[in-house]
Amino acid sequence: MLAEFLQYLFTGITIGATYALIALGFTLIYNASHVINFAQGEFLMIGGMATVSLTAMGVPMILAVVLAVILAGILGVALQRFAIAPAKQADVVTLIIITIGASIFIRGIAQVVWGKEYHVMQNFSTDQPIEVFGAVLNSQSLWVLGIGAILVVGLVLFFTKTLIGKAILATSMNKEAARLVGIRTQMVLMLAFMVSALLGSVAGIVVAPITFTSYDIGIILGLKGFVAAAIGGLGSGVGAVVGGLSLGIVEAMAAGYISSDYKDAVAFSMILLVLFFMPRGLFGAKVVERV
Amino acid sequence: MFKTVIRRAGKCAAVAAAGLMMMSAQAAEPIKIGSFLSVTGPASFLGDPELKTLEMYVEKINEEGGVLGRQLELIHYDDVGNASSARNFASRLIRSDQVDIIVGGSTTGATMAAVPLIEQAEVPFISLAGAVVITNPVKKWVFKTPQTDRMAAERILTDMKDRGITKFGLISGTGGFGSSGRTQTLEVAEAMGMEVVADVTYSGSDTDMTAQLTNIRNTSGVEAVLNFGFGQGPAIVTRNYAQLGMELPFYQSHGVASDSFLELAGSSAEGLRLPASPLLVPDSLPNDDPQKEVVQNYKAEYEARWDSKVSTFGAYAYDGLMLAVRAMEEAGSTDPEAVRNALENIQGYVGVTGVFNMSPEDHNGLDPDSFRILEVQNGEWKLID
Amino acid sequence: MLNTFMQSRLRGLVILALILVILPAFLGNPFHYELVTQMAIIAATVVGLNLLVGFAGQISLGHAGFFGLGAYFTGIATGTYGWSSVPALVVGAIVVGAIAWIVGRPILRLKGHYLSMATLAVGFIIAIILNNERALTGGPDGMPVPAFEIFGWELSAFGRYSLFGITIEGFQAWYIFASVVLLVAVWFALNLIESPIGRALRSVHGSEVAASVVGVNTAKYKSLVFVISAIYASLMGSLYAHFQGFITPAVASFEFSILFITMVVLGGMGSTFGVILGAVVLKLLPQVLADFQELEHVMFGLILMLTMIFMPKGLLPTLTAFVSKKMRKKAGGEA
Repeated sequence: MLAEFLQYLFTGITIGATYALIALGFTLIYNASHVINFAQGEFLMIGGMATVSLTAMGVPMILAVVLAVILAGILGVALQRFAIAPAKQADVVTLIIITIGASIFIRGIAQVVWGKEYHVMQNFSTDQPIEVFGAVLNSQSLWVLGIGAILVVGLVLFFTKTLIGKAILATSMNKEAARLVGIRTQMVLMLAFMVSALLGSVAGIVVAPITFTSYDIGIILGLKGFVAAAIGGLGSGVGAVVGGLSLGIVEAMAAGYISSDYKDAVAFSMILLVLFFMPRGLFGAKVVERV
Repeated sequence: MFKTVIRRAGKCAAVAAAGLMMMSAQAAEPIKIGSFLSVTGPASFLGDPELKTLEMYVEKINEEGGVLGRQLELIHYDDVGNASSARNFASRLIRSDQVDIIVGGSTTGATMAAVPLIEQAEVPFISLAGAVVITNPVKKWVFKTPQTDRMAAERILTDMKDRGITKFGLISGTGGFGSSGRTQTLEVAEAMGMEVVADVTYSGSDTDMTAQLTNIRNTSGVEAVLNFGFGQGPAIVTRNYAQLGMELPFYQSHGVASDSFLELAGSSAEGLRLPASPLLVPDSLPNDDPQKEVVQNYKAEYEARWDSKVSTFGAYAYDGLMLAVRAMEEAGSTDPEAVRNALENIQGYVGVTGVFNMSPEDHNGLDPDSFRILEVQNGEWKLID
Repeated sequence: MLNTFMQSRLRGLVILALILVILPAFLGNPFHYELVTQMAIIAATVVGLNLLVGFAGQISLGHAGFFGLGAYFTGIATGTYGWSSVPALVVGAIVVGAIAWIVGRPILRLKGHYLSMATLAVGFIIAIILNNERALTGGPDGMPVPAFEIFGWELSAFGRYSLFGITIEGFQAWYIFASVVLLVAVWFALNLIESPIGRALRSVHGSEVAASVVGVNTAKYKSLVFVISAIYASLMGSLYAHFQGFITPAVASFEFSILFITMVVLGGMGSTFGVILGAVVLKLLPQVLADFQELEHVMFGLILMLTMIFMPKGLLPTLTAFVSKKMRKKAGGEA
């Protein structure tokens, strides 16, 4: 019994950690610019695919990872500079459609350059799973959790201790005021997209040994990330982490105990339930509508 | 990465050149072969090798003088794995491009969406999709080249029985292939007096199936596990299976019968069995096997041309195209009715997938024995039966 | 005053009708007819969605769920249980409307992205049910749907009909049918927009707080328009199922929902004729881009992005603004 439960829990936490990282990326961009970035999943794809293809070309793993993350960062900046910034007067939905267009575009290019096959990435350490009270844990899951935790701590420090981080926060709270105190808001927005892309690509790399990677892996993971961010409350970092983990755990528990056919439906019902009782998600801030 | 780009550029040039040549060499109207395939999207691992196969053999046939003294022209569209686009493109092929025959339909959904239209328009159609519903009940204008999923289920369950297994756990994908395979497996199991003690599913985009497998493992009486699905899902199932340390006999369906599956699943695939066409083990076939030569040639030609491994799915397109060509040659024209009648009466066509014996009652023409049972040993396919 | 107002409302409708009458002259073969028929059905769906998005300002990312429910209700009722098409269509719309009303009450309390999220979840749950209930829906491989039938008279895209001594093909008959449906859908939407309900809706769009302060029952109007747009989707889903002759759970998928909302935004939120243009463009684009083969998706993404960046108000509003500016300049020059 315990073994079974633990097994579901491990599975859920691993998947959930992935969702949490994607949700954090959403949150970051949402906070800085109030844009819901539907291209977030593509950063994951770029991270995984670029690493796989570079290592296949003989580039050492570490260097491949660094290059892949840089590539994603550049893409993040480009997305903000060339797609979001020129349309800053646009409606919220219009911005969503722009990011959807961007994700189709990026995916299309990835498909032409890298092909359509799924690719394997080796586990970072051993292939041997770890056994805990009769349940097994993939060693890569520990990497996902560990790197996820480091990124979260890093983000917290970034926003509270560095000037750039504070500038992003200031811009998200009040763009005009931020500009008045001398923050170059356009620069800050580009930075937010970059950090978000870095986060996404790192997530894409650490989960690739578990999920495989391909040009279209970003669609569903990106969507799940959005869902996690919404459960947690858009704009809340803690919410993104909690939302991601709980979504993953609910999925795994539903698949194990209720019905594997309906596990996604169970997850989506949970979202509805959360929103019915907490219309701004678990940790969403109460925003006063300006009249 | 660069290589791919250059290769693709080369391909464009080749297509353009072929186009020019065709324009000058063309005397009679070309025979139009229409196709709608899932070249991109979730089923691209089916559509991609299928399209490559059609392209290269249409070229080859044209170099060798065409069919009935006429050149072949391949018109194809990408349905992205979406059934309503498949239907629309089928309509475009029939009504706008006015093709003589259709060879396509990578997935059962895409095929079945196009069937009502094709039956009405009366155009011969050879589907490349698996489910038994495509040709059972028989539809006048619809044929198919892959073995049915029912045959796969029969072949797997027979192999289980031979090993003394009567109770097994089933895990299947919720996509068309897995879902139809699940239904057939449940029916065949009942007919053969076997018991499916656990029955779980996963969706095509799931990234971890440990929970479902744990559920099967904890069911009492499970003697073997069968996974019916295609895409990357079964590879994840295979890896999770190994991680959980499950040691029961493990079966996959023909949906993963390709070398890329072995690459994805790695050492976790060791010992699993599946039904597949002999394409994966061309050299292990006995010399008197009628398929040996066809299979070896197709593999050699495909791999030389595309610099990638052959897959069983491309072979469905090979057989589809060759059946179409043979039917047109036997009919002596491209008259739809005549071609259809010829298709229905093809006997003893030796293809890559199997030996086809069509009849008015059987528009598939294969028997379950055309599947060979393979086992993964030392990272390679081994012919068992 | 009233006269000119009526004129302006009817003008667009008359132009649309004229286009639909002239269009067959440009349709080369049955496939073109089919494509335009599909466009008309999808366009009518988006006209309904636009009431919710463009006028009430509520974003739905799950509208294909209602479309899919309508399609499957018709498929199951006519195919499995032998109902006649019209009762199936009507009962389906009532059922879907009721479902929309039930889920709409709590959902519509949500704001902005949370509302999108909730509609997305509802759409997903519907799609998952359609996919999993194999006994009823045929599962992921889909189910066939009989031809549209009215008073024992069958409208099949493959039939041939004689009407007042003129023989027309089935695909032409469907084209005429779908055109009439689209005109009715537009006429109803235009009337609704100009009615007191429509004015209340627009006030909700402007500022919900302000609207409720001046006494508009915002919750009631939002629910109402949510139900109306779901009924639009259900009716059109039913027709789509009959026309296609075969449906799969993809009709209720998230991708389809995204396509609907993209049509609205691309064509021009809040412009009834704009969203029709959006539907036409997005239905046509894959057919045009099919020739680009591998680059199809790259092109599609690029076009979508560029259009939205440079025409954030949508195609039709941007174009009409451009034209009227030119005309004003010209008029100014002459004067």
